[in-house]
Amino acid sequence: MSEPSYPEDLLYHPEHDWARIDGSEATLGITWYAQDSLGEVVFFDGPQPGDTISKDSPYAEVESVKAVSDVIAPLSGEVIEVNPDLADAPEAVNADPYGTGWMVRIRIADPAEAEALMDAAAYRASLEA
Amino acid sequence: MTEGSEVVPGTTPETALETPQQADRARTIFEKSVPGRRAARLAEAGIEERPLDELIPADLLRDEPPGLPEVSEPEIVRHYNRLSRRNFDLDTGFYPLGSCTMKYNPRLNERVAALPSFSRLHPATNPEDAQGALELMFLLQEALSEICGLPHVSLQPSAGSQGELAGLLLTRAWQADKGRNPTKVLTPDTAHGTNPASVAMAGYEAVKVATNPSGGVDLDDLRSKLDGDVACLMLTNPNTLGLFDPNISEIAGLVHDEGGLLYYDGANLNAIMGLARPGDMGFDIVHVNLHKSFSQPHGGGGPGAGPIAVSETVEPFLPRPQVVRRPGSAGVPEFDLDFDRPKSIGRMRGFQGNFGVFVRSFAYILSLGGDGLREASEGAVLNANYLRKRLSEGRAGRYLPIGFDQPCMHEFVLSGGPMKKELGLKTLDLAKRILDFGFHPPTVYFPQLVEEALMIEPVETESRETLDSFADAIEQILEEAERDPEIAMGAPYTTPVRRLDEVGATRNPVLREAA
Repeated sequence: MSEPSYPEDLLYHPEHDWARIDGSEATLGITWYAQDSLGEVVFFDGPQPGDTISKDSPYAEVESVKAVSDVIAPLSGEVIEVNPDLADAPEAVNADPYGTGWMVRIRIADPAEAEALMDAAAYRASLEA
Repeated sequence: MTEGSEVVPGTTPETALETPQQADRARTIFEKSVPGRRAARLAEAGIEERPLDELIPADLLRDEPPGLPEVSEPEIVRHYNRLSRRNFDLDTGFYPLGSCTMKYNPRLNERVAALPSFSRLHPATNPEDAQGALELMFLLQEALSEICGLPHVSLQPSAGSQGELAGLLLTRAWQADKGRNPTKVLTPDTAHGTNPASVAMAGYEAVKVATNPSGGVDLDDLRSKLDGDVACLMLTNPNTLGLFDPNISEIAGLVHDEGGLLYYDGANLNAIMGLARPGDMGFDIVHVNLHKSFSQPHGGGGPGAGPIAVSETVEPFLPRPQVVRRPGSAGVPEFDLDFDRPKSIGRMRGFQGNFGVFVRSFAYILSLGGDGLREASEGAVLNANYLRKRLSEGRAGRYLPIGFDQPCMHEFVLSGGPMKKELGLKTLDLAKRILDFGFHPPTVYFPQLVEEALMIEPVETESRETLDSFADAIEQILEEAERDPEIAMGAPYTTPVRRLDEVGATRNPVLREAA
């Protein structure tokens, strides 16, 4: 998608990651701003199901034509699924960062961590600053 | 106006015509091959011909002849000459590729390196028969030692990256000798990518240190990450933002107090030759990229050299052998290879390094002298600041603000953020359009902490007229983009190939030509 978009139903981390919380689970990915800054993504190197990830620490790498970058976890938890399509079609991260470009699904370790994340308005404001 | 700026095409993506050079699709030398065609025919040897399998054991013979191209001499000459004209190099034009120090290499040094007594020396020659070559290497070690402000030098590492690896292996050996086994190496977030890569290769964990608002090392962040488990801090000074860190003495003190070493990445040495020395700043190990400051050809993967200079306490661990000078007899010193180094980390490579590289660099250092090297660095800093000032005016100042606005050393970093927001033009588009003006673009998208970064290093060998025409070209491209950003988005138009499919090349690389 070529226009900036920050859905209201997501929570945002200052390192340009989003989390969609669904009960005790959450789906994670990178924001429109992150994929736009990276440029076209050519490779996704994710964790394995069963891995533990921790908030504010890298859990995956994305490679674009510009650089290789860490993907920072907005929440801690155990990985229950990694998007299987990104191996062959990492461009989904650019085309649909909040849909088919999702990265992992986790079982949330500490629901209280979500309180530190931003809503869409706060995240958008942080980009304007 | 310099040679580059008169070829500005007013082309748009719709009307762009293929240039004759673009239409002339390159064929490889293999595609040009015709069976039986020869560049040379050897005279009869005058001795009886014998079957190959009588001379070479059957199990060592190939099953089929190698697939070598069969072409005539003029075809070979034209093929490579044609390829060379499709290249952009320092003999073609301005090449302000940030952090690469693309300066003109004087022809004198090529001539000296080509002298038969240097170029025909066999690498396995005994030291007593290669006294001149060893003396040259010893004197180059001494010169680099003086430039770096550290007493000992090894010429063995054969690239900057191998110098980094050698430095980290030295760090490990030095720490182990003290009975310590730290696991972490600190690198600033402005570091060249090779730093963390070398750290991982040497078996350490890389830990990033943040940058403060004035572009230097964030001292609080450094303090919070320094403990007894830190083997060393790797630093480039001036850093990749082109800024000299004024806190370097304090940084060195903090690291040394925790038992760590200080490693200097010599990537940006061209800014400080004869002005400041890494040894005086407190660094223990330095690598020097001879291809940057000291008159070596760049690129193509070699041959290169990445000598390291070290302090007294690190010296026992240097690679083996070392080139040494001994008193000799009758007042004539003798030069030798010293293998008796029990604490050495061992060899970094076979033989002593790429000797022609040493000859060129030594010739360059001798021809400039200490004063000349200092003037070269002063010129590099002056040129960078002149261009920085020129690009702070007009449209460049508006669309391409500087990341950290202060006097710089040899390079500076602009941000294409406002250009992208207001004109819809990415830094990559600007870089591609610069090609149509006959210049090599600056480094793009590095360092990553500057949005849409454009990193410019003009070097000392460029004239004011060249710098002006580059600044004029940027202004013209931005003015053009205000009217029609599509032009830059479709660039380049005049190069041997147009815009390449970088995504396709990364995702679906064709690594082997079909035979």
